[in-house]
Amino acid sequence: MSYVATKKLTLFDYINYSLLAIISIACVFPFIYVFSVSFTDPEVYVPLQFYLFPEKWSLSAYKYILSTNSFVNALKSTVFVTGVGTLISIVISFAFAYVLTKKHVPGRNLMLGGVVFTLVFNAGILPNYLLMKEMNLLNSYWSLILSGLTNAWSLIVIKGFLDSLPPELEDAARIDGCSDIGVFWRIVIPLSMPAIAAFILFFAVSYWNTYFNALIYLSDAKKWTLQVLVKSLVIDSDSNGVGASGGSDDRVLPQETIRMASIVLAMVPILIVYPFLQKHFAKGVMLGSVKG
Amino acid sequence: METAIKRQSAQAKERTHLWQAMLQNKWMYVLALPGILYFILFKFVPLWGLLIAFKEYNPFKGLWGSEWIGFTNFTDLFSDPVFYLMLRNTFAINIFGIVFMFPLPILLALMLNEIRHEVFKRINQSIVYLPHFLSWVVVASMTFFMLSTDVGLINKLISAMGFETVSFLSNPNYFWGLLTAQSMWKEVGWGTIIFLAAMAGVDPQQYEAAVIDGASRMKQIWHVTLPAIRPTIIILLILRLGHMADVGFEQILLMNNPLVTSVSQVFDTYAYTVGILGGKISVGVTVGMFKGVVGLVLVVLSNYVVKKLGQEGIY
Repeated sequence: MSYVATKKLTLFDYINYSLLAIISIACVFPFIYVFSVSFTDPEVYVPLQFYLFPEKWSLSAYKYILSTNSFVNALKSTVFVTGVGTLISIVISFAFAYVLTKKHVPGRNLMLGGVVFTLVFNAGILPNYLLMKEMNLLNSYWSLILSGLTNAWSLIVIKGFLDSLPPELEDAARIDGCSDIGVFWRIVIPLSMPAIAAFILFFAVSYWNTYFNALIYLSDAKKWTLQVLVKSLVIDSDSNGVGASGGSDDRVLPQETIRMASIVLAMVPILIVYPFLQKHFAKGVMLGSVKG
Repeated sequence: METAIKRQSAQAKERTHLWQAMLQNKWMYVLALPGILYFILFKFVPLWGLLIAFKEYNPFKGLWGSEWIGFTNFTDLFSDPVFYLMLRNTFAINIFGIVFMFPLPILLALMLNEIRHEVFKRINQSIVYLPHFLSWVVVASMTFFMLSTDVGLINKLISAMGFETVSFLSNPNYFWGLLTAQSMWKEVGWGTIIFLAAMAGVDPQQYEAAVIDGASRMKQIWHVTLPAIRPTIIILLILRLGHMADVGFEQILLMNNPLVTSVSQVFDTYAYTVGILGGKISVGVTVGMFKGVVGLVLVVLSNYVVKKLGQEGIY
């Protein structure tokens, strides 16, 4: 803050810095605990002991959990839903939002009105569930992909971004004989890369984190996604729940290390993309707050 | 007679004009088609399912074959004590959220805004934004390892200090507070973004003038920063009030247990447990529709107020 001439720290600053430090520690504390327990060697593991770092590092909890079929299957299906879902979401959302920016297209106001309506009213859990049932999509990963494909908020934010692009380039391409699809593909998409990056992250995170839809649409435990499986491992199981199925490891692993490892695996992709997330999402929120 | 013919031909001309405009934009429709189909199929077709709220739903007869029973489902719902329980819980959880949660992002944003050390500020921001991106499953799991009586770290600390362990997760008295605390951990940092942006727009000259007038840091915050973000605060508060019918339903479902149902049951959890798990489709649809309509009225109302204040609403 350049407006303050003096660089001397006052009492105000000391209190402020300390409070913020405490808040940040409160934010990271559960992460550190979960990480350090999940990497602790079973031989030195003491229940309910907080370590900043494991006393002795070990990957045995991860090796065990990645050797169980249920976890590997859940991981695969979550990756499938996230990957395929995000790809289709991006294509459909940007194409639709692009048309919504064109006031001269007959029926555009009706389309926009329809989209905005879904922002303020939706039929609720049961009608959506019945629709999936009627379409025979229960216990299919397509139920998850389709239910999160796009939404009014995303379309309005993307439309706001596309509205801000300079129209001259599009006009020039049209004069050169580009069709609407050609303009969209060659001009609009390349110009929209920042927004596309933001929304790839947005859709991917929401698919990865989906819990409730997976819970109601996938009743077959063999089809479970990561979030549903982790919930059942950590919250539902009593102390002998996880290892009961038997693993490849001869040693009996402490349940806590396995559970914590499953939590870490459920959030690792998010932590990896987090630096990008933070930058783009903050922009997205701003965009949404101005336009949305 | 003549005017009628004229009108007709004008209509016909308009029609051909419209047809030509549509033909001209045919590729636009091709681009929009997947989106349009998606919205029709997955957002509007389910609206027909709301008719079930006025029927005695029989899965063998289906939506159209089931018998009409008028408003019986609604009168049944309104005469069920659980309805008032859900109403109270929804209201209470939202009041907790507004009173304890809403001011915190403003406070945190004010604190971050006063940091002159850029690196310290950025590190702090990165840390407090992070929980926002975690799933509720991960947050609930961490809560479990912090607060449960058998594997909770905090209870270990409490018992190590010689006190009795506290059943944070299964005591109904703590449930609303627990939800609020969880939301705080997850969302307060993220909530600062919009206020920080508003604070960034304050003209530095205002602070310089305040310093010349001898204003302390607290006075500067009170007389310069806060007035500058007041419109943002008011709008967000009104929009938040518009979501009084909503509760963090995934969160509640995850933290729920048989000991706390009296304080955790809300419309969505009821629709799920009774409608999907219990198979009473009509009841589930009715509860969902009631919540949807109340939510619609509140959102439209709050949006109207925001627009009256001369601001851009959510639509």
